[in-house]
Amino acid sequence: MRSPVGTTLRRGRASDEGPALPEGSPPPVLVVEGLTVTLGGREVLKDVSFNLHAGELAGLIGSNGAGKTTLLRAVLGLQGTAAGTVTLSGRRDHGSLGYVPQKVSLDPDLPVRARDLVALGIDGQRLGVGLHSSSRRARAEELLSSVGALHLADARVGALSGGEQQRVLIAHALASKPRLLLLDEPLANLDLRSTQETVSLLAGLTRSHGVAVLVSTHDINPLLPFMHCVVYLAGGRAASGRTAEVVRSDVLSRLYGQHVDVLHAHGRVIVSVGDEHRESGCELAPDDCAEEGQPA
Amino acid sequence: MGAGLFSSFMTGTWLEASIVAVAAGAVGFFVVVRGAAFAAHAIPQGAFTGAAGAALVGVNTLAGVGVFSFLAATAIARWGRRARRDVVTALILVGLLGLGSLFLSMSLEYSAQTFSLLFGEPLAVGTGELLPTGAIAAACLALIVAMYRRLMLTSVAPELAAARGVNPENVETWFLLSVGAATTLALPVVGALLVFSLMIGPPSAARFIARRPAAAVAVSVALALVTVWVAIAAAFYSGWPLGFFVGVLGVVWYLLGRLVHARTGDARSTGDARSTGDARSTGDARSPAPQGPAAGAALRKALAPPGISS
Repeated sequence: MRSPVGTTLRRGRASDEGPALPEGSPPPVLVVEGLTVTLGGREVLKDVSFNLHAGELAGLIGSNGAGKTTLLRAVLGLQGTAAGTVTLSGRRDHGSLGYVPQKVSLDPDLPVRARDLVALGIDGQRLGVGLHSSSRRARAEELLSSVGALHLADARVGALSGGEQQRVLIAHALASKPRLLLLDEPLANLDLRSTQETVSLLAGLTRSHGVAVLVSTHDINPLLPFMHCVVYLAGGRAASGRTAEVVRSDVLSRLYGQHVDVLHAHGRVIVSVGDEHRESGCELAPDDCAEEGQPA
Repeated sequence: MGAGLFSSFMTGTWLEASIVAVAAGAVGFFVVVRGAAFAAHAIPQGAFTGAAGAALVGVNTLAGVGVFSFLAATAIARWGRRARRDVVTALILVGLLGLGSLFLSMSLEYSAQTFSLLFGEPLAVGTGELLPTGAIAAACLALIVAMYRRLMLTSVAPELAAARGVNPENVETWFLLSVGAATTLALPVVGALLVFSLMIGPPSAARFIARRPAAAVAVSVALALVTVWVAIAAAFYSGWPLGFFVGVLGVVWYLLGRLVHARTGDARSTGDARSTGDARSTGDARSPAPQGPAAGAALRKALAPPGISS
């Protein structure tokens, strides 16, 4: 099948080619091999393998409970593994990974401004109070500005909207100059506009910072225009590779162990497993899905 | 002010109470931002048992309070890890308090002593206690300063700390130990029931008044100092218990803080606003009251203690 998602750009994006993979790249930033994680006697992840290179934006796709958070936590080293390896190129310390957790609930009365949270990203793991310095301040402002949130610098983080908080948390995660940025469901609970802004911000960061980005989401569609590769999780197993090579009926049918249809409609992808549609548009607007037809 | 209030007899009281306020104000800031009010309630209750036990066997009260504060703090930190923390905290509280009631029943000087342990007795502080008090306060503040950034990071979101290799559970253990140290200092002065109010009232207002974390800690310490000073003077003249004034002032600070918060336009307008779009540009732009920022700034200035900028 020839690049079925190459034509999925929508809403007037300037580039029409889909993102090009950085060619001739050095060894991958992240190599996950045969990763198996057992939680409470249940195999949440089974023999998951994939690579991620610098400058790549990868989608970690799966429905709720597919093991997306567990996989991200395993990469972070916060989750014990039963088998397999997670290898990060170069040094591995507090700064080599940036992480934006799912559903950070920030107290609106917390006396922490956006710039304070970003400054904690620079050196929050260190001992001592961290004396005020102009270079630290300038660095925090530079980071906020790189996510388009400089105007929020003096606002309390807890009082920001979901999309604004997301930007500040991304700036926090970037502060330690990570080679790999992990985001857990950053698009959940965002409205359409914030979703698009967040995705294009992440795509911009892969170019400007050369960072590899792994984004978990249950809805593949917002990522489609920008995503280089995909790690598709179902039943604890994973299919990974270029988006066009993975989001296909035959590949996903093998992954799910039953017939899966991949439909392309209006620049969106709808993955239909048995009677069930794996696409978040269904959760938001059931009518929309019904009119796409009822396969299998 | 009468001469009696500032006589040499009272010097120890003033110094002791000021040391207590600085430690409680600083530790209390993290109690409030970490949502650890229940632990800050339970540890003093456990420490009360230490005081009752010390009286029974005839050792120094500070030692008894210190040992039991430490026990309560480590028990909450240890057993709260893998279970529901509020339940574990409650069980430690009731277990220790039960033991405390036994100690008290075995003691002869029942009522007067119980009252002072529960509600505080500042006028009983002698200068002999100042050295250990100062040492514990210094250790407590050193702990807060050393752990400051990690405490802030875990207070915002423990996952963010964990991702940078900071173990949130270890930070929590150190934090609870600092609560135990502040309790040890404060219990003999303000009493077991009201240690808590000194650690909650001032910081609860400070986080409304100040936006920056460091400024909020400073405001919290300043309000805690004002609290104990006003309470000592008022208790001295009225003969009412010190704890009454400490408790009431804690609530007053909170209400004033909310007022400042509402008037400065710093408050978010509605809960729903958080999940919707990104249209608004700055924190101040969302003020529900048009005259908010200007009027609020004046009020904030009027309320802020001298030398503290928010």
